[in-house]
Amino acid sequence: MKKNKSFCAYPYYVWMITFIVIPLLLVLWYALFKSENDSIVFTTEYIKRFFEPIYIQVFLRSIVLAVISTAICLVIGYPLAYILAGKTFKHKNMLMFLVIVPMWMNFLLRTYAWLTILEKNGILNQILRFLNLPTQNILYTNYAVILGMVYNYLPFMVLPLYTVLSKMDINLINAAEDLGANKLTVFKKVVFPLSLPGVVSGITMTFMPAVTTFVISKLLGGGQTTLIGDLIENQFKVANDWNFGSALSLILMVIILLSMRVMTKYEQENEGGGLF
Amino acid sequence: MNKIFKITLLLLSITLILSCCGQKAVPTADKPLAGTTLKVYNWGEYIDEDVISMFEDETGIKVIYDTFETNEDMYTKLKAAGNNSYDVCIPSDYMIKKMLDEDMLAELDFANIPNYKYIDEKYKKQVFDPEDKYSVPYMWGTVGLAINTDLVKDEITSWNVLWDEKYEKQILGIDSERDAIGLTLKYLGYSLNSKDENELNEAKNALISQKKNILAYVGDQVKDKMLNEEAAIAILWSGDGIVLEQTDQKFKYIIPEEGSNYWIDSAVILKNCQNKAGAEAFINFLCRPDIALKNVEYICYSTPHTEAYNMLSDDMKNNSAAYPPDEIIAKCEIFENLSDVEIMQKYSKIWLDVLSQ
Amino acid sequence: MKKSIYRLYTFLVYFFLYAPIIVLIVYSFNESSSRGKWGGFSLKWYAELFDNPTIMTSLKNTLLIALLSAVIATIIGTLAAIGIHKLKPFTKNFVMDITYLPVLNPDIVTGISLMLLFVFLSIPLGFVSLLLSHITFNIPYVILNVMPKLKQLNPNTYEAALDLGASPIYAYSKVILPEIAPGILTGFLFALTLSIDDFVVSFFTTGPGVSTLSITIYSMTRKGIKPEINALSALMFITVLILLFIVNYRSENSKKENIDEQNI
Repeated sequence: MKKNKSFCAYPYYVWMITFIVIPLLLVLWYALFKSENDSIVFTTEYIKRFFEPIYIQVFLRSIVLAVISTAICLVIGYPLAYILAGKTFKHKNMLMFLVIVPMWMNFLLRTYAWLTILEKNGILNQILRFLNLPTQNILYTNYAVILGMVYNYLPFMVLPLYTVLSKMDINLINAAEDLGANKLTVFKKVVFPLSLPGVVSGITMTFMPAVTTFVISKLLGGGQTTLIGDLIENQFKVANDWNFGSALSLILMVIILLSMRVMTKYEQENEGGGLF
Repeated sequence: MNKIFKITLLLLSITLILSCCGQKAVPTADKPLAGTTLKVYNWGEYIDEDVISMFEDETGIKVIYDTFETNEDMYTKLKAAGNNSYDVCIPSDYMIKKMLDEDMLAELDFANIPNYKYIDEKYKKQVFDPEDKYSVPYMWGTVGLAINTDLVKDEITSWNVLWDEKYEKQILGIDSERDAIGLTLKYLGYSLNSKDENELNEAKNALISQKKNILAYVGDQVKDKMLNEEAAIAILWSGDGIVLEQTDQKFKYIIPEEGSNYWIDSAVILKNCQNKAGAEAFINFLCRPDIALKNVEYICYSTPHTEAYNMLSDDMKNNSAAYPPDEIIAKCEIFENLSDVEIMQKYSKIWLDVLSQ
Repeated sequence: MKKSIYRLYTFLVYFFLYAPIIVLIVYSFNESSSRGKWGGFSLKWYAELFDNPTIMTSLKNTLLIALLSAVIATIIGTLAAIGIHKLKPFTKNFVMDITYLPVLNPDIVTGISLMLLFVFLSIPLGFVSLLLSHITFNIPYVILNVMPKLKQLNPNTYEAALDLGASPIYAYSKVILPEIAPGILTGFLFALTLSIDDFVVSFFTTGPGVSTLSITIYSMTRKGIKPEINALSALMFITVLILLFIVNYRSENSKKENIDEQNI
């Protein structure tokens, strides 16, 4: 009888092999093989090309921008999650819910709206001019791209942090306070270590999309901030170099999956001895 | 759960019904192609959209109309789409040559395109289609500078204004590899089809030193941004420049004295076209004098159509931005297909290098 | 004092999150079609929205693909979860690792890998390829939502039903299905949302003449957003907001009722 049930998953196995496994094998194929004079030969040429300074530079820029935005998300998001999980507000769920609601509006439109705000004659500068303050030109710079990333991925940071913080056992904090720890010590020794799993998953959920985006840099970077995502998109949509595009995707995928492995390992190890 | 399931089912059936309720036309004697569909792929904002519905009404053919932003966009989309791709496309000169070299185009049956006779001989027998077998010119134009004279007081005649320190972060570049590099080559006094390593490197350095003046590299948004006074000068195609001139007196379109790119966009039919008769009917329709006039008045590029040109207002006919005198055209060059993979990669790399500085 | 700083901080973050949305909604009432200028209050873009064939077809495509892909993914995913649940740990981990791939992989890699597949199999890029891609990235989320519910199940209830003479199918639909239904529902809603919101995968797997809202909006961002889109997004946003508030309100009420019942 029990055996019968495993039949249920057969359609999925077929689907999984056709639409998950084979496509990834195709990426591998395009990245490592090329057709030359009607024969197919193995080549590392495309992988090697990635290590040319110009592509490395693009890659490093993507990492740097993503790290900065993730850090900003953490700095803004942690206090927010902390406040929301605390006793300041009555309707916590509703407020948390309002953090997620913007994601229901198309992200391209929301990002595009920043253009209207940040432009030379945009809303921000009109307000600044009205207040007789110097105007700012941050659109089409790296700052604008970082702002776009922070804006888009902040909810991904707040959500896991809130979940962890709101489930925290209040008795632990009380106990620490009773034992004479001051607020800062309580935070450093109790609250923060306990919230680490949330921090880790928040960082993962923010960093991963930030490092692979190509839309935000296109919209807010004015074509001047080329990220790894832009590079891949360019290979498939403009340069028509599928081999190099696949090689780039392969490298990106390997790096992301490896770092995920490390992250989840870390999370699992931490679960046991979470107190320290 | 049950309720939600029911609601979903309901929504699903509504959308299904909605998507099926388009009525199918049937062929009749005067509309032999009624009920067929035709997939057209054109540049963004490059047709008066009324023309499409007029064509649909007159022939009963359903048109699926999509737009692209650069020739390269179009090419890769066609490559990826395989057999189910578009029927009619309107690429530029060098891209037509490339597609022709790769056997992507179908030979036209000019018996079905009688209106071809209105196309001015000047625009026929071009390098990309020397025997006039595959393409029908749709529009032509140049690349130049749009200048907001409220913000720029100098008389501008040369590309060198793009390197003038006065205009820091006030210039909108063009987000197209071939144009950006080509124009710089032209400024340096070389051919915009250069394959010479040294010339290309020189162009690269010039583009890099130009970057501090560039606010952003843009495509179709250029008009919007110029109207909002985001920038003082923009590199753009003639049609966009003329639209700006017509919207506001303060804008001026110029072709710099070093010369520029002169281009022709032509309608072609793809080899794996599934409705060749419909495609030829569409091209013929575009060449009908009243339609050609309607389009050129709407998009403001320059028409290769003799009748449409004659019907234009005198203002437009004498507009030197749209119809520059022959000596200026003589200084301009048509893009040729680079056709060499290594050179193409060289161009891509230069452009990436410029963008990532 | 502390509280008011907290409140101020919260307000500022929310302001940051909502500023662009307010801008969009305000501009949907702008008489002038230019982005920079305010031309007076007008409802004309709301009227013109319904006459814009490009926007209306992409809206139709978006909804159709979202519903179809969510329904199909929910069916395949639920069945898969039931099957995978019964596997031996080693095979189970292996299958789950592959299932996680589309979740962990960058969207852009999923998109191009599927595009390569469709080109390889010469499936024409268009509605079908779009639907297949959406189902593909939806299934894992259904599985991931149903699996935990299956783990929580008490296997004895099913056995008991069988012992009492119920046929396996009857026992299944009466005992197990109601238990895992919340997981299926969340999975379905997840799938629906992801599909409506997706841009990157659709961008690489769509073909001639088929575009979803995201794709239409993307091509508009390249040449200037039409104010009709602002109107549409304002409408969609308000609809979603109202729906979510109702759901939230009802679930909070039912929570209260539950507590009341328990007290009695």
